Formats: sequence, structure tokens, C-alpha cells
Amino acid sequence: MVNVGLIGLGKMGLSHLAIVNTHPAVKLVGICDSASYLCSILHKYTGIEVFSNYREMLDKKSLDAVIIATPSRFHGEMVREALNRGLHVFCEKPFCLDVSDGLDLAELAERKGVVNQVGYHYRFVGAFNEAKRLLDAHALGRLHHVRVEAYGPVVLRPKGATWRSKGNEGGGCLYDYACHAIDIVNYLVGRPDAVSGTVLNRIFSRDVDDEVYATMHFADGMTGMIAANWSDDSLRRMSTQVTLWGTNGRMVVDRQEVKTFIRNAAGGAVAAKEGWDIRHTTDFHSDVWYYLRGEEYSAQLDHFFQCIVEGRRENISSFESAVQTDCVVSAMLQNAGEAWRQVDSGSRSPTLSPNGSGGFLSAVMGR
Amino acid sequence: MDRVLFGDNQFFGINHMSEEKARAQAIRFADIQEIIDLLDAAYDSGIHVFMCTTHDRIAEVCAHVRLHPERYSKLEFYPCMPYAHKYANAVTEHGTMEALKRFLPAEGALSALVRGGVSVARRDVEGMARLLIDAEMKMFSGLKTPVIFLQNVVTDLLLGMGIKDGFRIFADHVRDRYKAEPGFITMNMPRLLDVLEEVGIENPIVCANINKLGFRMCGGIELYEKAIASRKFRPVAMSVLASGAINPREAIEYVCRQKDIKSIVFGASSKSNILNTKRLIEEYSVA
Repeated sequence: MVNVGLIGLGKMGLSHLAIVNTHPAVKLVGICDSASYLCSILHKYTGIEVFSNYREMLDKKSLDAVIIATPSRFHGEMVREALNRGLHVFCEKPFCLDVSDGLDLAELAERKGVVNQVGYHYRFVGAFNEAKRLLDAHALGRLHHVRVEAYGPVVLRPKGATWRSKGNEGGGCLYDYACHAIDIVNYLVGRPDAVSGTVLNRIFSRDVDDEVYATMHFADGMTGMIAANWSDDSLRRMSTQVTLWGTNGRMVVDRQEVKTFIRNAAGGAVAAKEGWDIRHTTDFHSDVWYYLRGEEYSAQLDHFFQCIVEGRRENISSFESAVQTDCVVSAMLQNAGEAWRQVDSGSRSPTLSPNGSGGFLSAVMGR
Repeated sequence: MDRVLFGDNQFFGINHMSEEKARAQAIRFADIQEIIDLLDAAYDSGIHVFMCTTHDRIAEVCAHVRLHPERYSKLEFYPCMPYAHKYANAVTEHGTMEALKRFLPAEGALSALVRGGVSVARRDVEGMARLLIDAEMKMFSGLKTPVIFLQNVVTDLLLGMGIKDGFRIFADHVRDRYKAEPGFITMNMPRLLDVLEEVGIENPIVCANINKLGFRMCGGIELYEKAIASRKFRPVAMSVLASGAINPREAIEYVCRQKDIKSIVFGASSKSNILNTKRLIEEYSVA
């Protein structure tokens, strides 16, 4: 049995609690949150041991692994503490608000030889994995453009008092929605080298962005566009779609469907059908032991526990890959303050720059 | 319980296969008259139960039905509560406590809970649960609701966390206050049956995905078939067409072959699909 402790009982924490608690290879030995009323209720109705201080839980319980689902600004400290105790760590996204912190932790996890994973659950969605399989087999030929869009209803009016409305705590559409979109792009086609034209707009929020737009530039000349908006209640939940264009066709993929338009299927056993082909989640969904909201939430935790049980070091969504996503986020934040090109109305006018310096492109710094 | 129940996923942009299709449906059913027309078609075909989420828009349907009691004299609602996205979005936007405050009619319950601090009393939690149920049931005032379901997100959250008493609290309140039978929607049927038995909810009404593909049947199709054939409960089959992945005849034939399934709930967005599906259920139910 893998002995697990859970830190943070917000929306994701409660969801993880239900899923972990039912896993046949896992024993949930303690949960932790600063909200005492919530801990009290959970203890009363489930009998699970509760803690208000995570260090106390790590001190008192004999753990193999922890799941960290606290607001992002606590991730760095908690992950470091867990790693120093030699624990396997599953951490919610976004991984770290400070890229150098994330790089250090990825390195530390590597040195400690523990399983490390970040909760980018799209990497466990059947449809996205089918897309990856097709892309790895070059079904679309040479890719020249990728577009990723993430829309959903989170902030719909000028209000909000949670940590999600505070930029320095990891709130905002960039950290909440766009990083999922960035991460799935990284997973499918690799990390962009640079970003340009980043727009971080407020719609309703006072302190953070509600919509994010940017251009991405990849090593081989491929470009990409990202659009994320968490103030769109035309959708009932977050919805993410990736569209890819290559010399041999186009692909549109979301949680439910993989739509391909293949120009020439000759020699490609991976995508037999020329022209449009649509396949659905029922074609490539995999069974999970427990279902809550979507197979991917169970599948990602199962992967984490399987890696622990089997002593596997590679991970589908490791700290290292999550830091790459943080690097893109960081580049976008910098790029958003950089130069604009004034629209020339006929008269001679210079380049407009919101803060004076900087070019049009921000390199994505990483390893 | 009736054999055939009409579901409501199509009305709210819920389609497990295609976001495009879901959006097209959401656009079409933005007009409440479209919903009522389709409901009328189902009712006139002899389907007298509307199994529906406690979505804000259902309140409009309820108001319409209340206005025309004779037209809908046989219509029964099976409410499914809560509409989880409403709560999830509110928790994301406002935090847990503020979200609770927004949904509770009375201030008292919540302040008792917060005041309780470290040692929250059971009666406060249960009182609050009852208030939340009442808030969800408000829209059905004056209408027939002989069965009231707990939605799968909440059922499966409680089940997973091990809050077994939650089912008991729900069942008791639904029976006492609404003289209705409690029902439970789940994606994890075999596991839920064990827990309902443990807390003493006898012969429960349990609604779950039951389809030939084994789509979203946690524990596996064989375990489901065995449970249906051998355990004492009233199964309601949903997602029988696996969102269209199985052809209707094959799908209905499979579900009807599981003799102990009491009811089948399906959604459809055209009159002809309603009639066809109902006819197929009747055809295979006789055999």
C-alpha cells in the first residue's frame, strides 16, 4: 500500500480526496487544510485524520507520498519540504510562480529519485493522446501552425475574493486557464522558443487578467496562437480545443473528439481515411477504477501511484515538463509589457512602447 | 416507477460526444418554447416522467406546467439535484464559505457552522444539507415529484470521500419533507450499492450508465450485469446509447435484455427520435 497525505481541500483537493480514497493500492492516512470547520466535518463523517498544519502531518504520519492542492504560491515551500523528506509528490498546476524555484525543485526531485507529477490532466485525456499518437507519426506532415483555445465561466462579474483573483497568489486566467492550454501544446508539439504580441486583459477582475492572447514561435518555424478567456459563460465548463495545420492536413481535437482532415493517407497506417474523419471519446476512452467528473482525473492519479509502485522514474507530466509550461507563462508576462507598433495613420509617428524598452518578442527561458 | 423517462441533457448543451453538437443544442434550446415543444412531444407519446436537473431554466418549465394543470395532469418530475456547475463555479469565484452563503436561504445555519469552528456539530451540517435540498426543490412547488435524485457528481464525491451518512441524510429528508423516494445517480454503481446497503437504504433507486459498450461503467460491464441480476435495487439505465456510439436498436435490445432494469431514461432532440426510441423500448420490453 502507498501511504498518502493530502494538503489543501479546495475544489481540486476534495476531488482528489474522493478519487484517492477509493484507489485499491493506496491508503489515505491524513488530510490537511487551514479551514478548521471543513476538517472537522470531514473527520466527523469519514474518520480520516485531519491536520491544520501540513508540517505536523508530515511529522506525525508515516507517508510515502503527498498530494499538494493548495493555492499556487504555497507550492514551492511545500514541495521542497516533501522532497527533502524523500516523499513522492503530486502537485496541482500551475507548478511554481517563480521559474527558478520550479527548476530547483525539478532538480531536487531528480536527485532524490522520487516520483514527481503536476496535475495537467489533459495529458490523460484519451482524445488528446490519440492526437499525440497521430502527430508523433507525422500524420499531418510538417506542422506549420497550432491554435489553442480555452474558454469557460469562472469570473462573470466584477467581484471575487478568493486567491484566484490575486495575481501574486497564482490567480488570473493566465495561471488558471492558459497554462492548461500552454501545457497541452507543449505535450503535443513541444515548447515554443519565443512568444510575441501577448495581451493580458481585464474584463471583470480588478487585479488579474481575465483573457489572454499571444503568438508562439517554435524552433522549426512553426507558429501558434493561444486564446484563453475565463469570463465566457456560453460554455458550462472549461473547454479547450487545439487545432493544428500541417502540409498533409488539419486536426481539431478537444476532450471529446478528434477530427482530422487528411490530404493524402498514402503510406500512413496511422490515419487511414482521407478527407474528414471524426472519432469520439467512446473510441479511445480507457476504463478507470473510479469516475468523478472525467476519466482523466482518475487516470492521472493512477499514473502517479503506478509509477510509485513500479519504481518508474519517467512521468507523463513531470515537474520538469511543468516547469517548461511555467517558462512560457513567465515569457508571456514579460512580453505583455513590451513594445507595440503604432498603426500609422499617414503622418509620421514612432513606435509606441507602453514602458519604453524591450523588443517585440520574448524568448522563453528554460533549460 | 414508469418504464420510460425523458431526460434533459440535450437542453443544456450536454453532449458527451461532441462540443459542436452540444453548442448547437444549447442554441436551439435557448428558446424555452423549443424545450416545451419537445417535452410536449414526449408527453403526448405517452412518456409522463421528466427527469431533470435543478437547472435555473427548469424553473421556467415548471412555471409553464403549473399554468396548465389540465394539459399536464399526468406529468411527474424526477428532479436531479444539484446542478453541480452552479456550485463549482461559485466556489471558484467566491470561495467555499461565501458560495455556501449565497445558496442558503437562511443566515442561521451557516453562522452556526462557522461559530462552531473546530467542533462543528452534526446537527448543524445536517440542517444545512436539508436547507440546500429545500432550496433546490423550490422550483417544483405544487408539482408532482415522486422520486428525487442526487446527481452523480455529488453522489460520487460523497461515495469517494466516504461520507456515507450523506446518503442517509438525503434519503430521510426527501422521504419526510417531500413524501418522495430517494434516488441516486452514479458512475460507480457496484460500489454505491455496497454503501447504500451498509447505511440501510433498502431496495434503492439507482440510476447509472448501462450500455452495451461498457462506457463509463466503473467496475466493468460484467460486474454491472451481475449486480443487476442478483442485487435488490431498482436500476434506472441512462446513457444507453452511449451518446450515439451504439445504434439505437442494438442499444435498446441490450438494455432490455437485462430483465431487472426498472426504467430507462433517454434524451433526444427530435420528435422522431423520441418516438423511435420509445417504440424500441416497448418492442424489446414485451419479449
